Amino acid sequence: MKVSYFPGCTLKTKAKQLDDYARSCAEVLGIKMEEIPNWQCCGGVFNTSSDEIATKLSAVRALSYAEKQGQPLISVCSACHNVLKQTNHAMQTDAVFASRVNHYITQPGQAAAQAYMGNTQVYHYLELLRDIIGFDRIRDAVKKPLTGKKIGAYYGCLMLRPSSTMKMDDAENPRIMEDFIRAIGAEPVIYAMRNECCGGYVTMEDPALSQKKSTAILRNAEANGADFLITACPLCKYNLDKNGNIPVVYFTELLARALGIVEA
Amino acid sequence: MQRIGVFVCWCGSNIAATVDVQRVADAVRSEPGVVFSVDYQYMCSQAGQSMIVDAVKEHQLTGLVICSCSPRMHESTFRKTAQLAGINPYMVEIANIREQCSWVHKDIFIGTQKAITLAKAAIAKVNLNTPLTSGESKVTKRALVIGGGIAGIQSALDIADAGFPVDLVEKEATIGGKMAQLDKTFPTLDCAACILTPKMVDVAQHENIRIISHAQVEEVGGFVGNFHVKIRKKARFVDESICTGCGLCTEKCPQKKVPNAFNLNMDHHRAIYIPFAQAVPKVAIIDPDYCSMLKNGKCGVCAKVCSVGAIDYQQKDEIIEEDYGAIVTATGYNPISLEKYDEYAYSLSKDVITSLEFERLTNAAGPTQGHLIRPSDGKQPHTIVFVQCVGSRCAANAEKGKEYCSKICCMYTAKHAMLVRDKYPDTEVYVFYIDVRTPGKSFDEFYRRAVEEYGVHYIKGMVGKVIPEGNTLKVQASDLLMNKQLHIDADLVVLAAAIEPDRSARPLATMLTASMDTNDFFTEAHPKLRPVESPTAGIFLSGTCQGPKDIPETVSQASAAAAKVIGLLCKNTLKGNPCVAVSDEMMCNGCSSCANVCPYGAITYESKEFRMPDRTTRMRRVAKVNPAVCQGCGCCTVACPSGAMDLDGFKNQQIMAEVDAICK
Repeated sequence: MKVSYFPGCTLKTKAKQLDDYARSCAEVLGIKMEEIPNWQCCGGVFNTSSDEIATKLSAVRALSYAEKQGQPLISVCSACHNVLKQTNHAMQTDAVFASRVNHYITQPGQAAAQAYMGNTQVYHYLELLRDIIGFDRIRDAVKKPLTGKKIGAYYGCLMLRPSSTMKMDDAENPRIMEDFIRAIGAEPVIYAMRNECCGGYVTMEDPALSQKKSTAILRNAEANGADFLITACPLCKYNLDKNGNIPVVYFTELLARALGIVEA
Repeated sequence: MQRIGVFVCWCGSNIAATVDVQRVADAVRSEPGVVFSVDYQYMCSQAGQSMIVDAVKEHQLTGLVICSCSPRMHESTFRKTAQLAGINPYMVEIANIREQCSWVHKDIFIGTQKAITLAKAAIAKVNLNTPLTSGESKVTKRALVIGGGIAGIQSALDIADAGFPVDLVEKEATIGGKMAQLDKTFPTLDCAACILTPKMVDVAQHENIRIISHAQVEEVGGFVGNFHVKIRKKARFVDESICTGCGLCTEKCPQKKVPNAFNLNMDHHRAIYIPFAQAVPKVAIIDPDYCSMLKNGKCGVCAKVCSVGAIDYQQKDEIIEEDYGAIVTATGYNPISLEKYDEYAYSLSKDVITSLEFERLTNAAGPTQGHLIRPSDGKQPHTIVFVQCVGSRCAANAEKGKEYCSKICCMYTAKHAMLVRDKYPDTEVYVFYIDVRTPGKSFDEFYRRAVEEYGVHYIKGMVGKVIPEGNTLKVQASDLLMNKQLHIDADLVVLAAAIEPDRSARPLATMLTASMDTNDFFTEAHPKLRPVESPTAGIFLSGTCQGPKDIPETVSQASAAAAKVIGLLCKNTLKGNPCVAVSDEMMCNGCSSCANVCPYGAITYESKEFRMPDRTTRMRRVAKVNPAVCQGCGCCTVACPSGAMDLDGFKNQQIMAEVDAICK
């Protein structure tokens, strides 16, 4: 099966492992991730300002490309995923917004000369694993199960919320990452702070605040016995790495280890 | 041809101020069929009514049009007047020129024009009216009460005291319901068991009450006065008529690990058990999911120790069929599942409990003998946080929770807080609230005592997150009055979960064809004036199945429902509403459209032989309306694609005549 893939800026720079392992694991699991040509930065969380369409154009171009290919659109980064899904939801439900955006992207000289009709399905890579491939099949494909490892899933805030739009999992009691951890043979550690915010971009303006948020998360994970944490978000990893001692790794890296693509 | 009299009422100045009543009377005088018309100050008064009677005699009237207030107000009055004057009561039509005319218009010209139009429409209809007679049906003098909580108990006792036999059906092994699980009751703090269990004994001993426990209603047929009900009494594997309730079997049974539902699974009982010491009927029951005799045919200890031989492993479900004149629903409530509220860490920590679990923890007959200890480590909590409105008062389009206020949580939380401070004065108690709602007799005084005398910390604001860490529960909340974030290290968190109707209510409502609201609470016939009756005749509502209620309110409603049942059962026969649907068999093709829309289950089908033009006979399926069940709502007449269904008193032709008169 072929899917359209939107990597995002950070995955090309700081979070290269997240990107590499996502691709190689997908290949092993029978999914071909076709990177969208000429993709642009999704705009990060800044584009959630609701009165501006310009910041959403990049997401719409990606959605439109995937629509043309007739493929689902996959992203790995929590922030990109959030922007893509929210923009897709707005294009599907807000007719005024959709017509303004489509009017803009179909202007002569624009890269995507085709209007976006709202038919693309956006998946997070975890959703791809759960809904398209299936955790059962992953369990079967695992060559080196991570038996005995106690892993805390760290969701952060952007992956699940707003849950009415993201439709990924219960925002207060999620289980998709825990099921993933079980699928690769390890034991999930469930702790209350797993869906709290790490401080996000506030770290640039008020590092003390994001330090407070991040340490509270790490302390709670440690108190519940987690050996290390997994995340899908480069910014979360940055904040957690900076403020604590528990190792934080990308979930794709663990998947690659379990599938035997890389040595531990 | 009808001879119609038109009577235009002034209603003092209520109508006359905005409608020129004399002009109305003059304008309709030349309408077809009208032979007499007059206006008068108060048509409903004694003098007004005799004026109508006299006019009927003098002008040999066959139909009446009263231009007055809403038919809800005085239709029955004028129907009686008509009967007195010797005409069929259904030859009377009301033109509502008060609520729908004079009260809503300010301009006398417009008001008068509209009144004339409304009067003409009513005249057009009376021209087509035919005399109607009510049918009669017999009343079975026995009542069924579904649900054996305090609501059902009270209704059953009141009906039985009036001399009518009552069957009380309870799905659990004992009656008592939620109230039996409570510790103290607000606002007087008397113990729930002390006031409930004597009533349970009264039920058991009442000569007119039969308790059918561990049972459920399976099928309901018939109609008001004549319901036919099938009840499945599930096997309890103990002969109720022999068991003495000695409890020996419940001590000897080797299977000790059955979660105790009465204590909300906070401890265990044996596979054969009596739900609690004051259970009624006080008879043991075997849980077939845990009994090794029933599962693999090995054991039989209870049968060996039972001195009266009451154990019966072969017992089967029993079907009880009975006729009833009236049915009371008292199916009660349950706290909502807290699955979707993991911000409060209910599934993560044993020390986050619901208020109902708290009741069991403080109850002397509960799993801890009334010692308030943490379920996780058995230690006494020193800081307790109560969270109100968990799942109540949520936004209409929210993804989880109920839109309504659960009504009882403010008071029981105040009670819990007070009990804790009374028994363990060194405990810090915090209550987080959105609003404190205490509108009941002695309720606000009760809450104020919690704050002022017992020193409970009431904080306006909600808890955002509960984080279990080590032995503490880190509570993150906001104080809206101080406008700041709070962090409290608690030992125990108690969640006041919203309440919702019991899951058995929805299928029951379908069987009873009783209507429900979107939250699955039974709806009442009128929210203010008929609060204990379902719109479906013969079904009465008792307790929280109709909406959230505390005990005093539940008991009042239960007695009110009983009074309505007694009023019904006192009658030997019932007069039906003659304005019911009738099906024209020649036009009906048996398509089921009418039965699908009928809210009362009044329509059935039968196969009938019809003679064809070529002298052969053919069987055809045709609709048949049971006039005793039909409420005359008219849904079927609209749904019928072939126009076979019509409503007596509101025939399609009559409605069209009214419309024509208005559009002319």
